[in-house]
Amino acid sequence: MNELLLPHEAEVVERVNESPTIFTLRLQFCDQSKHARYRFTPGQFNMLYLYGVGEVPISVVSDPQDDTLFDHTIRAVGRVTRGLAQLRVGDRLGIRGPYGHGWPLREAEGRDVLIITGGLGCAPAVSVINYVTRRRQHFGELVIVQGVKHADDLIWAERYRRWSTLEHTQVLVAADVGNTLWPWHVGRVTDLFSQMHIDPRKTIVMMCGPEGMMRIAVDRLRERGIDDSAMWLSMERSMQCAVGRCGHCQFGGKFVCRDGPVFNYAEIKVLLSVRGI
Amino acid sequence: METGFLPRGRFQGLLDALHRAGYRCFGPQVRDGAIVYAAVSASEDLPQGMRDHQSPGYYRLERTSSLRYFGWANGPQALKPLVFAPHEVLWRARRLPDGGIEFSTEPPSTDKLAVIGVRACDLAALALQDRHFLAAPQSDPHYAARRARLFVVAVHCSDPSDTCFCVSTGDGPQASAGFDLALSELDDGFLVESGTALGAGVAAALELEVVSAEARAAAARQIEAARERQHRRLPSRNLRAALFANLEHPRWEDVAGRCLACGNCTSVCPTCFCHAGIESPGLSGETSMHARAWDSCFTQGHSYINSVTVRSDTRARYRQWLTHKLGSWHEQFGRSGCVGCGRCISWCPVGIDITEEAGAVCAGAADE
Repeated sequence: MNELLLPHEAEVVERVNESPTIFTLRLQFCDQSKHARYRFTPGQFNMLYLYGVGEVPISVVSDPQDDTLFDHTIRAVGRVTRGLAQLRVGDRLGIRGPYGHGWPLREAEGRDVLIITGGLGCAPAVSVINYVTRRRQHFGELVIVQGVKHADDLIWAERYRRWSTLEHTQVLVAADVGNTLWPWHVGRVTDLFSQMHIDPRKTIVMMCGPEGMMRIAVDRLRERGIDDSAMWLSMERSMQCAVGRCGHCQFGGKFVCRDGPVFNYAEIKVLLSVRGI
Repeated sequence: METGFLPRGRFQGLLDALHRAGYRCFGPQVRDGAIVYAAVSASEDLPQGMRDHQSPGYYRLERTSSLRYFGWANGPQALKPLVFAPHEVLWRARRLPDGGIEFSTEPPSTDKLAVIGVRACDLAALALQDRHFLAAPQSDPHYAARRARLFVVAVHCSDPSDTCFCVSTGDGPQASAGFDLALSELDDGFLVESGTALGAGVAAALELEVVSAEARAAAARQIEAARERQHRRLPSRNLRAALFANLEHPRWEDVAGRCLACGNCTSVCPTCFCHAGIESPGLSGETSMHARAWDSCFTQGHSYINSVTVRSDTRARYRQWLTHKLGSWHEQFGRSGCVGCGRCISWCPVGIDITEEAGAVCAGAADE
């Protein structure tokens, strides 16, 4: 029981450069039995430990059915993530998790699924997209909306192109600042909302990205008649323990690590409108 | 359960009985001009005759001719550091020659500790910390170990300070639960009650005398007087709705203009539980230590994420502290996080008074 906060050794099996600052680590626990027992649901996260530097919470992006490796897509932005960016194939790190509550996959069955993400907020949603595309008969329309600040920030362009060719699937991508050969919209991602093929009465929304973007998206979706309780948001706060004890991730009375990170909008709407909570 | 009377001259017998039962004793002592808990072996170590003067931003001790050991209100230190350590190593990592990393847990501390002189407010705070650190599904192993070894000798509070308001929060001045033994101090000795079988066992070794009706009446009068002496109060025991309806109240800006964001209030608060993960690599590079250390929601780092500080100014940080302590605690733990000890008022360098700020933000909130 003393092992509550103890990481487990894992190995980098593959490393993918997604952009100049974003990379994916494909990992495996060194202890095979630990690896075999490891299960997560889309939207959950792990604590990644870099030797001698510290821990950082990162969502799992891979498919929960893939039992060979699990993936973390990371932007090198802080002390720990810049260090993680230096890891190469064969290097070791510590992992504990998974933590938190993931996306409402059961509630989504039989409904149109609208996924709205901004920036690297797309990472926690990728596993949901894969989940839906592999079980297509259980869901209605799939609408994927992704916005980035600059066209160069878009990772996984190839995946978005591939998803847009699937039946009953619509992909809408926007960059505030485009570049040459940018095939999608230039401007706010919310400009694209009028093009979404959704039936507001049977749509479930899953959102992840900057809070400002999510606030605007929620307002626009409510105007289109989507009920508060049909919108789910993945929230982000500082997390140091991941088990609801260290206090950093508090969002009103919620501990984001334990009660979230995915919340029903109706639960958090009062707090979402206040700055500095 | 009342067990008997311990004459003042035989108080050392209590310390001896605890030592014999395998406990190291901690009790109040004067250190650097304040009463704190530290190791005691003899009754002479206790702050006999000391009394305190406290008011917003003010704490001074005075020596009097009183024979009493416990004639003062709480100093800066609660039970918190004895169960939720200010710095605790959680685990260690060792770098192996082949590049692997080996993790090992740090065994929690288990030596038995008896604390003498604990006040009702701090017992209420201990119960709240228990709820946070021992909650299912997985209790915190380090807190659990420190907690399990603890023997509590409470002393009903006879001398609240100007900053105390435990009557308002419902947590004092009389200790009602959570102790192994509880004492009422009178000039000539102590009424002893046991709260647990463990406490009764220690009391049995003290050869207590029968409690006189006069002593019992004097103890009751003392508690009543302590109750009446308190003049500060919170507007209600549940301010959750009132606080969250006033997140943009101008008072937050006003208090931010006075608050230094020093974090003294969170350090002395007996219920604040925030802590940070601290990584300390060894100089050789072969080992690294992962610890937790008390943190404060008044720091810039507390809400830092992805190069953004969510609570970027003192207004947001003070609001976080107060709305959590008096508001969202209800959602998290079913009661307020304030036990009325008044420490945050005395130890605030600029004398900000939590009862006054809560009163200003929640004006009109009624008791439920």
